[in-house]
Amino acid sequence: MRDRLQNWLPRIVLAPSFFLILFFVYGFIVYTGYLSTTNSRMLPSNEFIGLSNYVKLFGLSHWETALTNLAIFGILYIGISSVLGLALAILLDQKIRAEGIIRPIYLYPMALSFIVTGTAWKWFLDPGIGLEHTLHQWGWESFHFDWIKNRHFAIYTVVIAAVWQSSGFVMAMFLAGLRGVDNEIIRAAQIDGASGWRIYRRIIIPMMRPVFLSAFVVLAHLAIKAYDLVIALTGGGPGRATELPATFMYSYTFTRNQMGVGASSAIIMLIMIFSIIVPYLYSELRSEGRR
Amino acid sequence: MSIPSQDNAIQGSRLIRALIYTVLIVFVIYYLLPLYVMLVNSFKPLEEIRGGDMLSLPDQWTIAPWLSAWSTAQIGVEPTGLRPYFWNSIMMVVPAVAISTVLGALNGYVLTKWQFRGHGIVFGMLLLACFIPFQIVLIPMARVLGFLGIAGTTGGLVLVHMVYGLGFTTLFFRNYYAAFPTELVRAAQIDGAGFFTIFWRILVPSSAPIAVVTIIWQFTNIWNDFLFGSSFADFDSVPMTVALNNLVSSSTGVKEYNVHFAGAVLAALPTLVVYIVSGRYFVRGLMAGAVKG
Repeated sequence: MRDRLQNWLPRIVLAPSFFLILFFVYGFIVYTGYLSTTNSRMLPSNEFIGLSNYVKLFGLSHWETALTNLAIFGILYIGISSVLGLALAILLDQKIRAEGIIRPIYLYPMALSFIVTGTAWKWFLDPGIGLEHTLHQWGWESFHFDWIKNRHFAIYTVVIAAVWQSSGFVMAMFLAGLRGVDNEIIRAAQIDGASGWRIYRRIIIPMMRPVFLSAFVVLAHLAIKAYDLVIALTGGGPGRATELPATFMYSYTFTRNQMGVGASSAIIMLIMIFSIIVPYLYSELRSEGRR
Repeated sequence: MSIPSQDNAIQGSRLIRALIYTVLIVFVIYYLLPLYVMLVNSFKPLEEIRGGDMLSLPDQWTIAPWLSAWSTAQIGVEPTGLRPYFWNSIMMVVPAVAISTVLGALNGYVLTKWQFRGHGIVFGMLLLACFIPFQIVLIPMARVLGFLGIAGTTGGLVLVHMVYGLGFTTLFFRNYYAAFPTELVRAAQIDGAGFFTIFWRILVPSSAPIAVVTIIWQFTNIWNDFLFGSSFADFDSVPMTVALNNLVSSSTGVKEYNVHFAGAVLAALPTLVVYIVSGRYFVRGLMAGAVKG
């Protein structure tokens, strides 16, 4: 009897988590998927309307703006964070004496809420009171920087704040990668007469491929989920200039009472993330299984 | 992170070293500037912010903005300051972190030391759950919380954060326990120790490093959450981040920037303290798991 129990115990212990995830994650995905095919407005409805919500969604200029912004934001955010992260990691890896002080300074923004980051940068970038105002006070009268108020440039201020928050974390990932490079390989290259930068370009940076991949996956899914930062920094404005899919979903579902369209936008977000994450996790788990 | 530096340092002249240090220091300034600006301006009277430059130290130091942000600033309709919301956040974070960490440890233990048919699928499901965009669960979650009668309560938010933290806590403990020698577990089993005895006596005592990582991760994520807080909270459960956003973006009256900054620093303080006190362990542990590829 006791042995029986011991045999089942592991499964019993795991069961609550399993069922919670099954219901609150996968069940909810199915339910949202179902809602996206109904004409739900303020409240869920059961009237099936096929893929009309999706047709409607992709006909909306508002959604097109959100997707375009996501593309701009995603590419710049991932690109700049990766390049900056790698560059800072390489520089920090040059036997820097104050590394123990510098590294946590690069990293601390990661501990902050995007709401805090957004509040700080909103003010810093505000032409009336922040950077522009200060430089005018210092006598640089012609200095002009009002991107946050400009419909065409506001999305780039979201990039600036997001890069500030995440690049230190990417730096830490690359630094850990660099510290893991086998010394022998480098010594061999040095004996062959390769110079410092060449060793980096030809040997070390190519070895960072897995780190690039991890950083890409982490940053890409953060970009698609980005919500808080936009709310705090620009509120989606000016106008709709910084609307992203996450803010679109929220406003269509909860303030415009178009739940069906909101649900279909959430499904599109899920598809975007899964098409990046699933192949990555699959290959990770497989290579782990082989080991 | 005390991983020793290696010999891949570039040999260079003094000029190059000076250049490297310059770049590094420029970025130190870049990362510190927003925090510095918030701090110095939170100690200035409002007129000084409007008239003066944002980088200078206050001419006239004042802690009035801090007192106001904490206990009298207008948030929503009530002049309560951030204090009640701070406690809302604490009441939400502590149980959510504790429960999800304990469950994550047990799950990691089962998934590595007591594998059964289908354990891979269960792990895969938990892992994938880490990455879903939370927009996908907002609508059904609102209905389920209402159905359970815990809509708008701190208890409801605890449930939400606990559930969506399970994936990460399980992942952390599973990766950590995977490297733990299984022979020790088998030996204890032969000696007649049961499931919980082995967990409690053998695995838990050596789990401190990964527990630190998990707790910091969960604490920062839940404290910093905005989406769930703004979707599911009522007055007596609104967390700090949402209250801060209400404070900053409220359009009535004069914009009290100094109060906003003090509020922002107050909202950031718990996670900053946790990070400063134990960040070294966190990064070390996270990197060991995240970049092992």
